[in-house]
Amino acid sequence: MTITLNHYLLASGLLFAIGLAGIMIRRNVLLILLCIELMFNAANLAFIAYARAWGDLSGQLIVFFTITVAAAEVTIGLAIAILMARRLSTLDVDEAHRLKW
Amino acid sequence: MAHAIAFYIFSGVMVAAALSVVFSRQPIYGVLSLLVAMFCLAGLFVLLGAYFVAALQILLYAGAVLVLFIFVIMLLNLDKETLTRLRPLSRPMLGVFVAALFCVQLAWLLAGRQALPIEVAGGTALPAAAQAGSVADIGRLLFTKYLLPFELTSFLILAAIVGAVTLARFHDDHA
Repeated sequence: MTITLNHYLLASGLLFAIGLAGIMIRRNVLLILLCIELMFNAANLAFIAYARAWGDLSGQLIVFFTITVAAAEVTIGLAIAILMARRLSTLDVDEAHRLKW
Repeated sequence: MAHAIAFYIFSGVMVAAALSVVFSRQPIYGVLSLLVAMFCLAGLFVLLGAYFVAALQILLYAGAVLVLFIFVIMLLNLDKETLTRLRPLSRPMLGVFVAALFCVQLAWLLAGRQALPIEVAGGTALPAAAQAGSVADIGRLLFTKYLLPFELTSFLILAAIVGAVTLARFHDDHA
């Protein structure tokens, strides 16, 4: 029973699909952000697995940049969530249908 | 063999935790489930020989991002009515359908490919660079080949800081 690259790619794909389904299913803005984090991590896992399989350290470097981008994204996303909770007093994304408030 | 057992334990718990994020009743439970998924992912990174990235995963995700989430949930101080009034599911069929389609497509793609070896003991000798996930190797690459993207990320972080501060201090008197 040998674990190959395909096993890791399948785990990564499952994680990505779960995150994708979560974004469509949930309507709480905080949970949507959490699902986006899941999808980021699925991509990270694929990068690390390929770095190992191809013997190239660049895949691990890309993960650094992904983590940085994810941190920037979550900062802005949570700021918007705070603003939404203050102004609309809800976290339901379907309630935020105005472009300006 | 040990690799296979560890892989199945880590990935199984990871997928279960991810499902628990999607179906969590409250955001705080979702954050804690994501924490479990992050730790399992760090374990998978260790299995792949990326030790430094695994440490970063725990430090940055569990230590910074998820704490930020918990901090914001506590800061919002939403009453129970606001939290529970949220209808939990909006378009369940569409979401499940798209995710299933994605899985089928992925399995179809993987079925046609021959598997690349991951394990060192699996027979094929891997290049030395793949086995060395050390800080020195990564740092050397980061400051030579990837210097420009590395410097550009500082602009991204700066933009994120400015954006977050601007958004969060937007008080009612501006309206």
